[in-house]
Amino acid sequence: MFDNLSYKLDRAFKTLKGTGKITEINVASTVKEIRRALIDADVNYKVAKEVTDTIKQEALGRDVLIAVSPGQLLVKITQEELTKLMGGKKEDINLQGDPAVVLISGLQGSGKTTFSGKLAGQLKKQGRQVLLVACDIYRPAAIDQLKVLGEQIGVEVYAEPENKNALEIASRAIAHAKKTGKKTVIVDTAGRLAVDEQMMQEIEALKKALNPSETLFVVDSMTGQDAVNTAKTFDERLDFDGVVLTKLDGDTRGGAAISIRHVVNKPIKFISTGEKMENIDAFHPDRMAQRILGMGDVISLVERA
Amino acid sequence: MKKTNETFFSKLGKAIVGKSTVDEEVLDELEEILITADVGVDTTLKVIKRIEERVARDKYLNTSELDVILREEIAGLLEENRSVDQETAFTLPEDKKPYVIMVVGVNGVGKTTTIGKLAHQFKAAGKSVVLGAADTFRAAAVDQLILWAERVDVPVISHGMHADPASVAFDTVKKAVDMHADVVIVDTAGRLHTKVNLMNELSKIKRVMQKFIPDAPHDVMLVLDGSTGQNAFVQAKEFTKATEITSLAITKLDGTAKGGVVIGISDQFKIPVKYIGVGEKVSDLQVFNRKAFVEALFQKK
Ligand SMILES: Nc1nc2c(ncn2[C@@H]2O[C@H](COP(=O)(O)OP(=O)(O)OP(=O)(O)O)[C@@H](O)[C@H]2O)c(=O)[nH]1
Ligand SMILES: Nc1nc2c(ncn2[C@@H]2O[C@H](COP(=O)(O)OP(=O)(O)OP(=O)(O)O)[C@@H](O)[C@H]2O)c(=O)[nH]1
Ligand SMILES: [Mg+2]
Ligand SMILES: [Mg+2]
Repeated sequence: MFDNLSYKLDRAFKTLKGTGKITEINVASTVKEIRRALIDADVNYKVAKEVTDTIKQEALGRDVLIAVSPGQLLVKITQEELTKLMGGKKEDINLQGDPAVVLISGLQGSGKTTFSGKLAGQLKKQGRQVLLVACDIYRPAAIDQLKVLGEQIGVEVYAEPENKNALEIASRAIAHAKKTGKKTVIVDTAGRLAVDEQMMQEIEALKKALNPSETLFVVDSMTGQDAVNTAKTFDERLDFDGVVLTKLDGDTRGGAAISIRHVVNKPIKFISTGEKMENIDAFHPDRMAQRILGMGDVISLVERA
Repeated sequence: MKKTNETFFSKLGKAIVGKSTVDEEVLDELEEILITADVGVDTTLKVIKRIEERVARDKYLNTSELDVILREEIAGLLEENRSVDQETAFTLPEDKKPYVIMVVGVNGVGKTTTIGKLAHQFKAAGKSVVLGAADTFRAAAVDQLILWAERVDVPVISHGMHADPASVAFDTVKKAVDMHADVVIVDTAGRLHTKVNLMNELSKIKRVMQKFIPDAPHDVMLVLDGSTGQNAFVQAKEFTKATEITSLAITKLDGTAKGGVVIGISDQFKIPVKYIGVGEKVSDLQVFNRKAFVEALFQKK
């Protein structure tokens, strides 16, 4: 669907063959094609408009190399712009505090519990003592799910199956961590919609009480246009520190990554690439940009030129 | 952004005042509304083109006419559902007993929850229901389904975790026949459509059930998360290839996402949307209503 983007862009340029520079006129239809490709990749409509306007400004007046078609050049500019937009450099998780608390938040089914397990496993491998806390008191078998994952990675899971107060459970978990010398506490929470006032209050209260060094917003990379609304509300309520992008082992373009970064300006810190506990990775803005454009080959082609 | 309950149509009214034709500005507005509802570029352009054609043909189009046409056009893309009204939604064909429903979809979309809600509705309609716990992979998936079965008070057949999903499905169908059950609903593990072995596993589950009931499953329901973007299209395509999807359920429509991607899916694959999920409670399942869905598409939240 998008693999012929540079072809389309070249076609848009055809009538102006021989032009050495990119001009206002010959860039217009091309920018429209790029915008369409971004929207096809689930980049938010408004964000795509803003991004392509920037790209247009970037492109104007640039010389077109002989070896590269104008379309390819524009794709390269786009890729650079998207990379810049998604943060450029890698950002780490903050684990200060004794214990350091990591609060996990997000919509239903986004992959929070699975990610909690993965992060615990990764930190354990780095030699940290970790405690997982089961604060999802709503979803059937949520506690069992976290316990199974804890067992797989050999990390203790703190749970109070009869308790229906997430705040109480979390507070006692911290005390338990202190007592047992655990330096990191990862708190899994129930999935919630940004418009669910009661549930948003619950997680706000959790954040206030636990004072986490890192609050993460977990989002499904298949999310469409609504990603901006959700990310914005979660950020307004929680002022989260980073984003986790999940289910990137599929074939989604993952345009939500750009929308979220653009709207809340928080770094994407991890990606989740499978159901297994080892499927956790750092986020690379350049790779993500290429994925969104579906243009990996063209980029390297331009690079060589 | 201003929080408003103003609908697109009332805004359109303002944009169109004093104009004899639907102009660029109006169409741009329409484009934004459809795209931000995840309708997708292709389907959006298709709708806009049809509107343009009607405008060209009818010369003059007033607000209320455009309003009606737009609703018609979009509703026209949504596949007619044979059992649209609440009354007949949970009645079953007499000659298919038990009626076997197999539920499939990518990870975390709401399959298990939808099954719990469906079981509740069928039971309320006087049907006897049996559930099959064929997600033997995801951590505590079996426990989750068992808890739902307890909650809605229906039997569940399980071989525990890590058992062969196909043999669970076979056993569920077999036991359901023994119990003279009316409906069987089989839960399956979430799987991305890009994973070939997992997709093949679905075909296998289907085939194994057919050994016992040749025309089973009578309904293969694909569950789509309402907040999913254009990837839902690929999901519909790939799951259709593997299992011949016969119905769709769209979940999480209690959020701000509009689920517009199903319009294009329904148009292209001719699969009807049967149910929508509007929450996590047992009663939060509704029979899909085209009119209400199109209405919600244009409702600013
Ligand atoms: N393919 C794939 N599946 C994933 C990934 N991360 C999570 N999943 C699956 O997605 C589904 C939902 O994951 P959970 O971890 O239960 O999601 P959650 O956010 O905790 O869900 P709730 O607690 O119900 O809100 C499960 O089937 C997971 O196995 C991933 O990176 N790739
Ligand atoms: N708000 C809302 N949440 C829903 C809805 N349907 C399901 N959920 C939630 O979404 C999450 C995932 O639901 P599940 O039923 O476990 O999804 P699944 O497809 O079975 O997931 P896997 O088996 O892991 O692939 C749970 O937290 C559900 O409570 C809905 O209609 N609205
Ligand atoms: Mg969870
Ligand atoms: Mg499930």
